[in-house]
Amino acid sequence: MIGLTHFLVVAAILFTLGVVGIFLNRRNVIVILMSVELILLAVNINLVAFSAFLNDIVGQVFALFVLTVAAAEAAIGLAILVIFFRNRGTIAVEDINTMKG
Amino acid sequence: MSVTAAFFYLFAGITVASAVLVIASRNPVHSVLFLILAFVNAAGLFVLLGAEFLAMILVVVYVGAVAVLFLFVIMLLDVDFASLKQGVLQYLPIGGTVGVIFLVELVLVVSTYAVDPALLATQPMPGEPLLMTNTAALGSVLYTRYVYFFQLAGLVLLVAMIGAIVLTLRDRVGVKRQDAVRQALRTKEEAIGMTRPPIGKGLGASGATPPGATPAGASPSRTREDA
Repeated sequence: MIGLTHFLVVAAILFTLGVVGIFLNRRNVIVILMSVELILLAVNINLVAFSAFLNDIVGQVFALFVLTVAAAEAAIGLAILVIFFRNRGTIAVEDINTMKG
Repeated sequence: MSVTAAFFYLFAGITVASAVLVIASRNPVHSVLFLILAFVNAAGLFVLLGAEFLAMILVVVYVGAVAVLFLFVIMLLDVDFASLKQGVLQYLPIGGTVGVIFLVELVLVVSTYAVDPALLATQPMPGEPLLMTNTAALGSVLYTRYVYFFQLAGLVLLVAMIGAIVLTLRDRVGVKRQDAVRQALRTKEEAIGMTRPPIGKGLGASGATPPGATPAGASPSRTREDA
């Protein structure tokens, strides 16, 4: 019998993979953005799993909003990536020090 | 093992495996393709949970829009991805450590939590027929109680769209653009020039005259009718 815990464990593994992906691909912004998408997918799986097992539709409404924000974030992130590449000719994150932050 | 369990392990296994390949593959194009595979299988998990609408939205929005956007950007940028892969193993110890700590903490949380029995009591009986479909249920709350949040989500998308356009728009110099007003206001007099060059000299000898500068009545064989 597949219970709530099964889905939560899958989401936890996906979340961890996303975090590890950010650490491993420190130079490649595109893969970092994909890792963020994986993290948001894990959050969505958690929300939908709780929504289904607690019989409350609000979790799915919130998952829909998370999906919206994730799509907007991907669009803005890729636009910033494109103009950064146009200005500097590279997408290595370690070279991003223009603002001396 | 029931059919549901078999499908759960199938979808979950492929999702996790493709997530590993997303962060591990050398070619970012392969990463995007594995991301698509992960999203499709996550949509399968959503179907198992009874959230059919979100499953379809996941396929349409992520596979159809976001992943294709990633593919476009990767293929448009002329990046040497091989050099970006250098030094991955350098970050493996700290990344692995953080990942293991995260996973252990999350599994501890997941395995020790308990749901309030009063909440679980609201679950329908297994044989009970559903009042409405998942999509209808979602719409019945999304457009009533959460209508402001729904419009706020639309506003977020609008801002993202305008932001992406403004960020990537640039003025190029030396680009010839179509000017519809000028095209429509052109008359035959200013568009067609009549010249009568001397025989054997060509147009250069009589002076290169701009269109419309010469009076009408010259040889019609030299006109450019399709101007």
